[in-house]
Amino acid sequence: MELWELSAYELSARIRNGELRAKDLVFSVLQRIREMEPLIHAYISLDEEGALRKAEEVDARVARGEKVGALAGVPVAVKDNICIKGGRTTCASKILENFVSPYDATVIEKLKAADVVLLGKTNLDEFAMGSSTENSYFGPTRNPHDQERVPGGSSGGSAAALAAGEAVLALGSDTGGSIRQPASFCGVVGLKPTYGRVSRYGLVAFASSLDQIGPMARNVRDTALLLKVISGYDPKDSTSAPVDVPDFTGVLDEGIEGIRIGLPREYFAEGLDDEVRERVMEAVDLLEGEGAEIVEVSLPHTKYAIATYYIIAPAEASSNLARYDGVKYGFRAEGEDLYQMYCNTRGQGFGEEVKRRIMLGTYTLSAGYYEAYYLKALKVRTLIKQDFDEAFKTCDLLATPTSPTVAFRLGEKVADPLTMYLSDVYTVSVNLAGLPGISVPCGSSDGLPVGLQLIGRPFDEETLLRVAYVVEGSLKGRSEP
Amino acid sequence: MAVTLEDVEKVAYLARLKLSGEKGRFISQLNRILDYIAQLEELDTGGVPPTSHVLPLKNVFREDEARPSVPREELMANAPAEHMGYFKVPRAIE
Repeated sequence: MELWELSAYELSARIRNGELRAKDLVFSVLQRIREMEPLIHAYISLDEEGALRKAEEVDARVARGEKVGALAGVPVAVKDNICIKGGRTTCASKILENFVSPYDATVIEKLKAADVVLLGKTNLDEFAMGSSTENSYFGPTRNPHDQERVPGGSSGGSAAALAAGEAVLALGSDTGGSIRQPASFCGVVGLKPTYGRVSRYGLVAFASSLDQIGPMARNVRDTALLLKVISGYDPKDSTSAPVDVPDFTGVLDEGIEGIRIGLPREYFAEGLDDEVRERVMEAVDLLEGEGAEIVEVSLPHTKYAIATYYIIAPAEASSNLARYDGVKYGFRAEGEDLYQMYCNTRGQGFGEEVKRRIMLGTYTLSAGYYEAYYLKALKVRTLIKQDFDEAFKTCDLLATPTSPTVAFRLGEKVADPLTMYLSDVYTVSVNLAGLPGISVPCGSSDGLPVGLQLIGRPFDEETLLRVAYVVEGSLKGRSEP
Repeated sequence: MAVTLEDVEKVAYLARLKLSGEKGRFISQLNRILDYIAQLEELDTGGVPPTSHVLPLKNVFREDEARPSVPREELMANAPAEHMGYFKVPRAIE
């Protein structure tokens, strides 16, 4: 087996006890990147020099018998909407093509303290707006399982990098499913933490009440390890939660005897692909066999989730993206006066999907429409959240498909934005309610991965990881391209 | 509440977006999306409080202490146009 195929927990243990040189691991992954990148295009930028320098530092410290961090020497890919000081953060947008981050995101400070090797920045839908990674100024990423298909989005670069062996761990961000859906499409694990679990400081804002950074990996244990490293209260993010960070790996071997798993009937209704349904139900049967109790529950406002999300997220985005004005940083197009300069900069600097969402958000917030759209959506958001509160009275977590279909073809949904939005049907509610969610592979359909989504109570990522670990162990659902 | 060309132009003005070829597409796409979104109207939300944020956070305060921030030169390095440590912009007033 090549080094790039191994898990983070195994690699970091071997590096820390001096059995394996971090530099050899980095060479292995960089070699893999050179082979796969022309086919996959998972990365926007690579920092080979920085990666090798960090690996050498880790090796030298291990050789001297010094203490090194929990993920010492493990190569990590970072979605390109998370700031790494001194490097470009483009958000896959022309408007930030040459933006150099003046500081580290809090999650990056934590990764550096854990002594990981930062490989580079991965591709995404521009400003994380999309479900296929086709909305990137730098061109699409391809699914390693079938290069004619999308990797999902918006964290498609991170998911594809993991599936193709171009990284051992990765960070994504999830506003409406952007970690879980690409994890599902690429056959890897992706976890969207409870809102507030992970600091958003240094994450380029899309929809601030929904955005969360989260871990992505090729197995559940690695996901738990990475979550532990990036979690925690941060005074720089006033919406981060002052709650303790458990040792997420400690619970993995506890089994699931007596755990109650709810199946929300609205998530198994019309529009769900038959084979996806079969794979998900097989995983549910398997969990029952392992001692879980399966109960049917209802989330009656599920059908309103997409409409609610596509009011709230674009509204917040239209406000957040007002900062790109061609004055302080980023791309500028000239104009004869200040107003023309703003309009030209934003007109030329943003791609079409971003402009569409800014238009939609500006419209629903504008005078005369605010109450009918935005305020209405905030009220429905309350109802959606109450559905979950009610469901969690009778079960400990929910099991659903992550996506109604397997990975679709490149170009298949580009022409019709609404069709693309509807593919987020099983993931957006989790963000609206601020809950944790994980996607774990549960088999395949015609050679393409299917993901099982588990949704938990606020700050109960441990139960999600425990159950996901049982699915993974029983199914060996992880398929390598 | 069908969106017209005039609406699109007004919203583009508010959002400071110069649109070109996409203007026509946006009219039909926004109408389609707004038609879909309109299904929220069938829900009775009388007496339901709005949720703008899921955490039970009120005002988050900290001590007002002076701390170093990012050096000015580092921030100005990203500016598209700069003059003597200031952001330079086109003429804003007649």
